[in-house]
Formats: sequence, structure tokens, C-alpha cells
Amino acid sequence: MNSNQSGRRGFLKGAALAGLAVGAQKASAQTGLTNTAAPGAPPNTHEHGQLAPNAKPAGRGVTKSITHTTYYTPLADSVGIITPASLHFMQSHSRLPQIDPATYSFTVHGLVDRPLSFTMDDLKRLPSVSKIRFLECLGNSSPRRHVNDGKPNSTPVTVQYTHGVMSCNEWGGVPLSALFKEAGLKKEASWVVAEGNDGSKYNYCIPLTKALDDCMVAYLQNGEPLRQEQGFPARLFVPGFGANHSVKWLRRLYITDEPYMTWDQSVHHAAARADMAYKSRWFNFVWPPKSVITRPSAGLKLNTPGYYEITGLAWSGWGKVKKVDVSVDGGKTWKEARLQDPVLPMAHTRFNFDWTWTGEETTIMSRCTDDQGEVQPSLAELNKHWGRAEKDHLEPKSNTHYWNAIQPWKVAKDGSISDVLFA
Amino acid sequence: MSYSHRFLVPGFLLPLMTVGAFLLVAPGVGFAQRSNIGRPASEEDIRNLGVIISPGGKGLPQGKGTAKEGGELYAKQCVACHGKTGEGGVADQLVMGKPGAPRKGMYSDLDRHPIGFWAYSTTVFDYINRAMPANRGGTLKPDEVYAVVAYLLYMEGIIKETDVMDQDTLGKVQMPNRPNFLPERVVWPPNPKKPSWY
Ligand code: HEC
Repeated sequence: MNSNQSGRRGFLKGAALAGLAVGAQKASAQTGLTNTAAPGAPPNTHEHGQLAPNAKPAGRGVTKSITHTTYYTPLADSVGIITPASLHFMQSHSRLPQIDPATYSFTVHGLVDRPLSFTMDDLKRLPSVSKIRFLECLGNSSPRRHVNDGKPNSTPVTVQYTHGVMSCNEWGGVPLSALFKEAGLKKEASWVVAEGNDGSKYNYCIPLTKALDDCMVAYLQNGEPLRQEQGFPARLFVPGFGANHSVKWLRRLYITDEPYMTWDQSVHHAAARADMAYKSRWFNFVWPPKSVITRPSAGLKLNTPGYYEITGLAWSGWGKVKKVDVSVDGGKTWKEARLQDPVLPMAHTRFNFDWTWTGEETTIMSRCTDDQGEVQPSLAELNKHWGRAEKDHLEPKSNTHYWNAIQPWKVAKDGSISDVLFA
Repeated sequence: MSYSHRFLVPGFLLPLMTVGAFLLVAPGVGFAQRSNIGRPASEEDIRNLGVIISPGGKGLPQGKGTAKEGGELYAKQCVACHGKTGEGGVADQLVMGKPGAPRKGMYSDLDRHPIGFWAYSTTVFDYINRAMPANRGGTLKPDEVYAVVAYLLYMEGIIKETDVMDQDTLGKVQMPNRPNFLPERVVWPPNPKKPSWY
């Protein structure tokens, strides 16, 4: 690999120099100048590009507690569907490991004919696949995130903190089906327990049919190696399911014949349901259809009446977004928004909507319908379905996971915008 | 780099190879072939990865412990974060019941941490074994994990103080809250699928 790399680099360098030489010759022919020094960027910046010195894009927010560290993506500034890797959210329950890719491997074992360990070199030899897919923490936009009560760790109520633990990236890696073909699945195999290399050896499980259908061990994120916080050098990626299934810093895949009752999945993510007499719902898996207006959104201010584009993101863990409706009158009337290409399954879909603000107080919101015909519910519908008390958001006693209620933003007369989900 | 199912053949040899090539790409042969990528993991390699415990207790290591031993370990290694008797401190509450008197009733989302909420005693072993004490996960020996699990189960009123927890007994502990999880049997894909916010 090494000799190969230096060979390729040598080639690129040669090509670049040749290109520059041609440019320099042209310039001197036109201007008569004899200076043949290479124009352009400062030295030693060619390998990995940097932001322009004056570019100051919004950065991530952070909260830290004894149980979690969380980074929030600045969604209000997003256009299109791809989250820059540098702005990708993170939620971690324990120490982030530092792993040397040269000595890294993960193991596939359990109900297989041949337990196998795979190195990074092995992964790069195996059949590859890449998918643009959303990834969303199963607590994203849940009731607590709409409250700033001044307690430690309460955050500004903006789209960055209400909805900012989600992303959409191009993930590249090896399909689990290819890995499992090497190992050979036994007849009884039906579940996969994934284990990570973090301080808690985090584990979580997925059904084998899902694993074979569309899951991968990912080692590339938007064409680059995974970020440290995203599981470098390799992670499981499970499209459409709550992000906890996509175990980072993958250590092993253990094939079993039943779901294993890992703590996070069977305890921490089992949530009481008022409509089920407070029995706890567990193994929810899929993110239902959801959308949010990213701009204009809470915390921003409209300075004058007039035209503003309403733009936002819609997605569904079940498939593609079929349509997004937008209301600019507090939900009285709805009009279809434009969906921007590409519209991919289990991926963020960008929607846009022309709007002229009259200067009057109003509330704007969006509603996603997916290709299964399922419609994003309003808060009232969700509360009714889950038997939740209407104001159960300060100290929620029942389920707040996989929260997909329609998100209303109120525009006040002075143009300031606020979150009125629980108003 | 080489893939066992891909090769280059000079053109003039192709007619000669047609029969063989046909066999190679015939259904169930060509692409389904393994590439022999990946290093076989020995039993020792897998042992070194540590245990993953099934709900019924498959994978539990040898060893044993009682609540009494567990109480001593708890006082040294857990008390700082989880409180004197599991009532919670900087970290989660671990106990809501009392010895001999398990907590009755449902658990709301505000109190779903204590062991009495958990559906499987084996999850308590699996989690503490891999993750606790926080930031020093994986440092407890099997006897110590059995003991501290026994202590927490005893404090919750689920087992007796003298019960020995080991490879055979731990998986058989009936957790009182087990009937309160839905769906009773975990299935994929969910049936019926809709509405998906179910
Ligand atoms: C340094 C503080 C610390 C120490 C010491 C510690 N824990 Fe923890 N414990 C935590 C934190 C923080 C969590 C929550 C982890 C999370 O949310 O990911 C936790 C969670 C737990 C849980 C899961 C509770 C739940 O939320 O369902 C159990 C069980 C547990 N600890 C047992 C123990 C035991 C047994 C010991 C002693 C051997 C111990 N802990 C020592 C900090 C600690």
C-alpha cells in the first residue's frame, strides 16, 4: 500500500507542477513578466483544504453532564442536505477511544461457520458501497429540548438545540452482507449484537434481516475517514433506525438467535407509555416521518416585512419523502413545498417554499408525508396517540423518544421568532 | 489486490475457458464465492474480547458472589456516584425497593433507572461488567460483578441476602417488572407496521 501511495502522490505532484508551469509561461507571455514563481495558495496547504481565513461559519454547541457529552449542529445555516463532517452532532456516554487504524480490527463471531477478524486493509479490499442517509439521535427534538428553565445544561431554544442531534452524510464502507458471506451465517442466526470500543464497550442490537438488507461497516464519511467522534476508524451504520443502533468504534459483531437485552436498548431506551397503562415500549427501531423548518427559525429575527424563503429538512426512516406541506397561518391552511433533488430514501430531503411576511404575527410549520403514506403528527395527535398529558414536557413521565411532532415557529410582530411547540 | 472471483485472461484463451467460466458464474457459484479475506479468530481471540450475556444467561463467566460481599464492594467502588444504598447521587438512582419488599407499581420515564425496572437480571451483569465503575469499565473480576449484582438485586427486594449468584442462578432470577415491556416478543419488521409512532 505504501509504495502505491507514494507512487500516486508522485504522479499528482508531477501533474500539478506541469499545470503550473504552463500557467506561468502563459502569464509571462501576456505580461512580459519574467517571474515564474507558482501563484496561488501558501505552501503546504495542498493536501487538506482549510476554510478561508475570514469564513466564520456557525459552529456546534455543546452540553456536558456526568452521563453525556453532546454536540449540536447549527441547522439554521444549512442549505442542501449534506452535513459537513466538522459540524456533525455527537452524543457520547463515555470516553472516546483513540484507535490506531494500522492495528485496528473488529471480529465477526457467534453463529457463524468461521469467526473472522477484519483489518482496515481487509475492509478496503471487500466490495464497497456508499449511501447518503440521515442519522438521528433517538432523543432529537424531544420535549426537554424545547425548554430553557435555567437549569444546568438547558440550552437556547433554537433549531440547533431542538433538532441539532441529526445529520445527513455520505457513508462509505462494506455491506454487512459481504462480511457475513465471508464468515458464513449459521441457520439459526437472526440477530446481531454490535459492540463498540468506547469506555463503556457500548452494545446494542439489530435484527439480522435489517443487517443483511442495507447496513454497512462504514469507514468513510463524506469521502474522508470518519471523524474521531464518529467512530474512527470504522463504525456500524444502520439506515433509518435511531442513531444508537449505529455503534461507533466497532469492536465486534456477535451473531445470535435472539435479541440481546443490552442496557441502553432494553433499559435506557424503554419508555413508559401512558396509553399503555405505563407499560414500557422498547425496541422502537425506526424514525417515523418528520420535518422541520430550519430557516426562518427560533432565535432568528426578520428585520422587515417582505419576501423570505422558508427552507427546511424532511426525512423518514421508512423510505422516501413524498411531500412536505407548509403552513404560514398557524396550521389553518397548508400548501405543498418544493422538494429539491435529490430525494433519497432514509435521507434528509431539502424543501423550499416562497413566503412573503406581511409584518403580522403568525406561526409557520411544516408537515412531512412519506412514501408509505404516513403523515407527521401534530403535538395534539402525538399526545393523544401516546396518552400524554398536554403539558408533559418539563418533567416528562412518558415516552419522548422518536419524537416527530410538527414543529411550529412563531413570528412576532417585531420579527423575532420563537419555539411555540408547548406554548 | 486480488479477488478470487475476478481474473484477467488473454483473449485467445477465452474459447477454451468458456466451459469453466460458465461453471464459475453459474447460479450459487461465481459471486457467492468467498474471498478468504479476514483472519480466522481463534477461541482465545474471542475469549479476550470479553463476554456478551444473553437474556437467559448464556455467556455468563465462571464465578459467584453474594449480596454481603457485594455490599462491601459497593461501599468502596460505587457509593461515590450512586449514593450510600443506591438512592442516587451525582449518577443515577439504582434502587427504589427495599430488601424483602420489592417496589410495586409502574415506572414512569422519570424513574426508569433502578434495577427493579429492568427486565433481565442478566442485563445488570452485562452492563456493570462492561461499563462500571464509570471510566473504569471492564476492571471488575467476575466474582466482584456477581457480588455487586447480587447486592443490587437484594436491595431491590428481588433475591435473598444469602442467595448465591453464579452462572446457573443469575439467569433464573425472575424480574418483577418483566411483564411490563411491550411488545412482549421483539419482532422485525414490526407487525402491524402502522402507525409507526406506535
Ligand atoms: C464516577 C462515577 C460512577 C461510579 C464510581 C460508578 N458509577 Fe455507575 N453510573 C455512573 C454514570 C454517570 C451512569 C450513567 C451512564 C450513562 O448514562 O451512560 C451510571 C450508570 C450505572 C448503572 C445504570 C443505571 C441506569 O441508568 O439504568 C448501573 C447499574 C451502575 N451505574 C452501577 C454501578 C456500580 C455497580 C458501580 C460500582 C461498581 C458504579 N456504578 C460505579 C457513574 C458511576
